[in-house]
Amino acid sequence: MPAVTETREAVETLGQSTYKWGFETDIEMEFAPKGLSEETIRFISARKQEPEWMLDWRLQAFRAWQSMEEPSWQKPEYPAIDYQDAFYFAEPKSKPGPKSLEEVDPELLRTYEKLGIPLHEQAILAGVEGAGEQEARLPVAVDAVFDSVSVVTTFRKTLEEAGVIFCPISDAIREHPELVKRYLGSVVPVSDNFFAALNSAVFTDGSFVYVPEGVKCPMELSTYFRINARNTGQFERTLIICEDRATVSYLEGCTAPMRDENQLHAAVVELVAMNDAKIKYSTVQNWYPGDENGKGGIYNFVTKRGACRGRNAKISWTQVETGSAITWKYPSCILAGEGSVGEFYSVAVTNNRQQADTGTKMIHLAPNTRSTIIAKTISAGHSDSTYRGLVRMMPKARGARNFTQCDSLLIGDQCGAHTVPYIENRNMTARVEHEATTSKISEDQLFYCRSRGLSEEDAVGLIVNGFCKDVLKELPMEFAVEAQKLLQLSLEGSVG
Amino acid sequence: MSGATAISPAIESFLSRAHQGEARILLELQGLPQRRLEAWRYTPLRDLDKTGFAAPDAVSVDEARALLARLAPEALEGHRIVFVNGVAIAALTSLPDTVEVTDLSVPLLADRPLSVLNNAIQQQGIALRVAADVDAGQIALVSLVTNGDQVSTHLAHQITLDTGAKLTLLDIQSGEGAYLANPSLTVSVAEKAHLTHLRVQQDSLEATNLALVNARIAEHGTYDSFTLTLGAKLSRHEVLAHLGGKHAIVHVNAAQLLAGSQHADLTSVITHAAPDCNSRQTVKNVLMDAGHGVFQGKIYVDRIAQKTDGYQMNQALLLSEKAQIDSKPELEIYADDVKCSHGATVGALDDEQLFYLRARGIPHAEARAILVRAFLLDALALVTDEAAYALLDRRVDAWWQKREA
Repeated sequence: MPAVTETREAVETLGQSTYKWGFETDIEMEFAPKGLSEETIRFISARKQEPEWMLDWRLQAFRAWQSMEEPSWQKPEYPAIDYQDAFYFAEPKSKPGPKSLEEVDPELLRTYEKLGIPLHEQAILAGVEGAGEQEARLPVAVDAVFDSVSVVTTFRKTLEEAGVIFCPISDAIREHPELVKRYLGSVVPVSDNFFAALNSAVFTDGSFVYVPEGVKCPMELSTYFRINARNTGQFERTLIICEDRATVSYLEGCTAPMRDENQLHAAVVELVAMNDAKIKYSTVQNWYPGDENGKGGIYNFVTKRGACRGRNAKISWTQVETGSAITWKYPSCILAGEGSVGEFYSVAVTNNRQQADTGTKMIHLAPNTRSTIIAKTISAGHSDSTYRGLVRMMPKARGARNFTQCDSLLIGDQCGAHTVPYIENRNMTARVEHEATTSKISEDQLFYCRSRGLSEEDAVGLIVNGFCKDVLKELPMEFAVEAQKLLQLSLEGSVG
Repeated sequence: MSGATAISPAIESFLSRAHQGEARILLELQGLPQRRLEAWRYTPLRDLDKTGFAAPDAVSVDEARALLARLAPEALEGHRIVFVNGVAIAALTSLPDTVEVTDLSVPLLADRPLSVLNNAIQQQGIALRVAADVDAGQIALVSLVTNGDQVSTHLAHQITLDTGAKLTLLDIQSGEGAYLANPSLTVSVAEKAHLTHLRVQQDSLEATNLALVNARIAEHGTYDSFTLTLGAKLSRHEVLAHLGGKHAIVHVNAAQLLAGSQHADLTSVITHAAPDCNSRQTVKNVLMDAGHGVFQGKIYVDRIAQKTDGYQMNQALLLSEKAQIDSKPELEIYADDVKCSHGATVGALDDEQLFYLRARGIPHAEARAILVRAFLLDALALVTDEAAYALLDRRVDAWWQKREA
């Protein structure tokens, strides 16, 4: 018993000081006029030098948004958001030069250094723990998004040689309009939901990836999102397309400074996988979670959806969610191609006053489609964490399969862990299996570790890591290391 | 406000029969639950709204006796209470001396549409009390409807067990015609008391049955229930169980066997409001033709309910291309030292198992029957009372024979 009491006390003493990404970078910014109106959208579109069709698309989304009601069925509760009391566009004033790193504001580079992002190869080597033990590693191409705009994209040349397009989506709108026109909004329509409509109207940047037929992307692609400016929302938009037999692995990371007020992050991610294509999308989400009393923090309301349009296509979502005051998202797969595969691996950690309502949707439309869902939820402090997921087998999904496992771990008696799965089967030959458990770290496990000389914190750390192993092993190496560190920090006190 | 929203024919007919009071106001305001209501997303009552329901006509004792022999022969022997068309038939009722009939006082649950409807129109019902440490044996509670087209019954019953009391309630519901049955049962189980509730719902295949059970269980008390759903075109069995004292136990087990275009919904909310309680749910669906099964089970564990042991298993066997299942097992947990789990599996009969039996010379139809019965056994075997088990088994058997024929 004392061990657990200690843990609980340690968790309670956890303060905001543990969020080491809470610094603010002093960079001159340019803002759009505060508030949301057609003018704001026209301003954003003009600043991005967008073609007319893009502006029309945004305005259509804005009108859809105006007619929609903010949803309220979710578990997390939050005060009403005043959509007129925020900036929808903030851009670092010094014009970023995507051609070379030297042109980038050194202040910005220092920020990324602090964030530990491998912006250039040196950083990759220096930034990755245990790199020495590994054989020559693949470099990682990074697209960094600072508040509203993408400031730098590395390795563009190498990628171009392979035929891969990896650039800020605002560049893609100008340079590859035919691709953007064809795919943007095809997975998440503009009026899909309240926050997706908002994003469609005001998104300012994000990443665009196009991998042509037969190409295996030669390196990991990565985007780092950072909310820096005060009173801004971040609305990035990511679009990834893999043609027949193409493969890509994409990583996403995010942080924000510590602030007392809440900030909204409403992103949309769309993935399209054609015949035999594979997309692996990994997220380590570490937005500022607010302090121990729940003051401040990011509202992370994100729509992520992938469409397996081709035969035997595969989309795999892996997420480690440790940050944000409220996380509310369901990365989903629409399995429309025969034999296509959807995967969802998730670790969601909440502490203090954090709330998370996350999970996935697997929509099986075609025969012999398969999906796997592994969700691990850890709640500590006064936090609440919910797994909510849908598995739907449509009438044509002959021979489809799903396996779902949801496990929740509670640390302390003031937190909550909830599981809300929806299983809908319209085909007799489809098979769905679901299991869920809720437990705490047992005294036996702790005692076992402690009696072998582990400190109480190390013991809890070991057990939590074991609990999350099935998910962590799905992460690319670079992120697995970071994710483990994050888990430990998020649960500091209970996890060594 | 009511002027702005159109009142459906069903609600209009209900309001014309409703007592004045809170339930009536709520019914008028809320109407019948629709898809927008999360708890009713899989069983919206859209079709029910289209027609009005009148109060049924009374029947003679002879008619009632004949009906009982036809629809619930199991209750011909032994203690029983019989309701036909919403009215108690005193001549057919025989209660043991060990139970006391008390005044009915059913609480209104404003957030439960079935409670609101039942409360607003509430006709008759029976309130039984078993005194401390008395074993009242088995009582059959039979609710039948005849000449049932466009009529509805809204019976409300109450069972109260004092400390250490014991009772087995055999709850049989059946009828003829396109009626609506909307019964409610309020259960109160005191310390160390034990209620076994066996429910057989074999209503007419044109009928609708919307039932609510609201049970409160005290320390070391047990509410052990099993529901067999065979009848009704549309049915819902909603169980609210509140575990209010240490070591209380609740079982909500069920089997739903559906064919044609039947739709059956088993919804449960089990609230663990005290430490060391135990809840068990095993729900099996066998779905033929365009049968549509729904399971929604929620285990809620309060902060103080440490050492909760909660288990929920929902399985569905789909025997036809058009069969459907919607399942939503839900855990809401606020205590850390708990053991809660749920599982759900959905699928067709296993080809390998079929092959195994066929390879041993068993004809296809028989092999199918064996596998379906084996599937159901996990749930049926939880009924420990031999006579009750035999009754359920007979009804399942008859159902299967009829469908396969």
